[in-house]
Amino acid sequence: MLRELVNKLSDPIISFPMVTIGFYLMLKYYKIVGTKKFAYWTTALLIPITTWFLADPNFFSIIKTPDNIPIIILLLLVGFVTWFAIHKAAENDTRIEAGLCPIEATPENREKVWSWPNLVYTELFAMIACTAFLVVWAIIFKAPLEESANPTWAPNPAKAPWYFLGLQEMLVYFDPWMAGVVLPGLIVAGLIAVPYIDTNPKGNGYFTFKERKMAITAFLYGWLVLWVYLIIVGVFLRGPNWTFYGPFEFWDFHKVVASFNVNLSEIIWIKMLGVGLPKNLVIREIFGIILSVAYISLIPPWAAKATKAGRELFLNLGATRYYIFMFLVLMMTSLPIKMILRWLFSLKYIVALPEWELNL
Amino acid sequence: MSDKGIAQKVRDTQVWKSIFRHGPPDNARNRAAVIAGNVFLHLHPIKLKKSGVQLGYTWCMGGLTFFIFLALTVTGLLLMFYYRPTAEYAFNDIIALREHVPLGIMREIHRWGAHAMVITVWVHMFRVFMTGSYKPPREFNWGVGVILLVLTLLLSFTGYLLPWDQLAIWAITVGSGMAKATPFMGNAGPGAMLARIGDFVMVSDKNDVRFQLLGGRFVGEPALLRFYILHCVFIPLVVGVLIAVHFWRVRKDGGISAPL
Repeated sequence: MLRELVNKLSDPIISFPMVTIGFYLMLKYYKIVGTKKFAYWTTALLIPITTWFLADPNFFSIIKTPDNIPIIILLLLVGFVTWFAIHKAAENDTRIEAGLCPIEATPENREKVWSWPNLVYTELFAMIACTAFLVVWAIIFKAPLEESANPTWAPNPAKAPWYFLGLQEMLVYFDPWMAGVVLPGLIVAGLIAVPYIDTNPKGNGYFTFKERKMAITAFLYGWLVLWVYLIIVGVFLRGPNWTFYGPFEFWDFHKVVASFNVNLSEIIWIKMLGVGLPKNLVIREIFGIILSVAYISLIPPWAAKATKAGRELFLNLGATRYYIFMFLVLMMTSLPIKMILRWLFSLKYIVALPEWELNL
Repeated sequence: MSDKGIAQKVRDTQVWKSIFRHGPPDNARNRAAVIAGNVFLHLHPIKLKKSGVQLGYTWCMGGLTFFIFLALTVTGLLLMFYYRPTAEYAFNDIIALREHVPLGIMREIHRWGAHAMVITVWVHMFRVFMTGSYKPPREFNWGVGVILLVLTLLLSFTGYLLPWDQLAIWAITVGSGMAKATPFMGNAGPGAMLARIGDFVMVSDKNDVRFQLLGGRFVGEPALLRFYILHCVFIPLVVGVLIAVHFWRVRKDGGISAPL
């Protein structure tokens, strides 16, 4: 009963909005999240839940795959470091509000110390700990090796290495040219562009949230919700044929999921206007093309004019930086937008030009 | 002479003095000398701000990424003694490694280390972002770091194929399949059909980026050799150069970030 509920809740249709709301609450109440008390309570709550998850044979069979162990380490580490960064930021923000400097800037911490022994011994200790960790990990878990390569027999599901599963999960909503090439390219280009877009001089060299709300929110949303969360979905919740399976669900190859996805052009021309699809490709897809172009060309100027935050941002960054920032943010949000359109309207493509391999 | 300890006696030998040209690092002069005089340690500044050595600030993730990279280089070298990158031998060499090397954990350390390096490099980037350490004057070094992140993923990805088992070829088939959707440069990408002259198709599955990557139209023996060379020689060389740039710039941009 409870397991079925968890299975239902973890479907991206429900879990994605939940994760987004959770993300919003985490940042809104970051000072509460950043307390040690909060961390203790969360840990205390997570231990029985994790035990209960692990007790399930279906869930355990996914977890115990050797290549999935790094993902569990990643999740524990990401959970901890996210809390820890928020903890440090909350601490500093409270100090700054009280008129004090950040902890990193206290005279005591500005003092110079010798690299030997202060730094080199820390490094030595870290290296020994890391070596011990890797050796123990290597002794307990054998590196996976399946049958010899067989180009004629594809496993189902065929999954990319775990760190690319966020991209593979995006294939549900985007075609490969977007999910596999354009969006990853924009992630790399966008990351490199970060220091040139973010002109806020504050928060350089110390943890803070209050002084860099916009930058941290945008980065953390991409990192936690669109990258890490999608990896979790791709690893644990996608079974044969990339169908959704709850964490307690058996990967039944015969599970059939009805999907009747339609394109925007079909919705408009056939359903709403009651005429057939026009023969001319451009006319057929004209609504989607207008929408897509408007999305990246009209929203930035509109936001700069009509919203207070947008106007401030525009004045602070200047036209070029502002537009690049908005473009990157809009490309990032195009993923959740397509997810929601899929779930609400079974929308497949906004622009469907399979003749040109150009589907959006 | 007789009340000298054994340690002091060793320190007084000609051999010791020829290797370490200064006394024990227990005073200011020698602490500076030990860092400046040692080729490995001289990556460090002689002195640095206290906030920059605190584990709560650095998380040690960048350093560990480098350490794991070195560990992977060493274990990878050892694995190269046993492994031949051909469709005939690759899988059997891995089996032999498992069956015939007593207590062998080099492949395990190599594989888990590769995963660990992906994780530490992500967490390092997260820390650098959260402390605003990409801000001026460190903008360029952040960019170098992003490239290193991408190369780390590519190193891991190319290594994934080498065991030549089902897990390997199908993961690489899925991953490299994306390349054929590259706009204008992949045969199934948007714009590819524009590149044709009459009936002659310029971008086809025989010459697009996926073909260049795999040396064929599917993940076969040429892909194995290409990935092997990319994994063992090409990408590590580039990574090595960029690591040097990265570390050099950390020092030149004012050391590890701290409040201005």
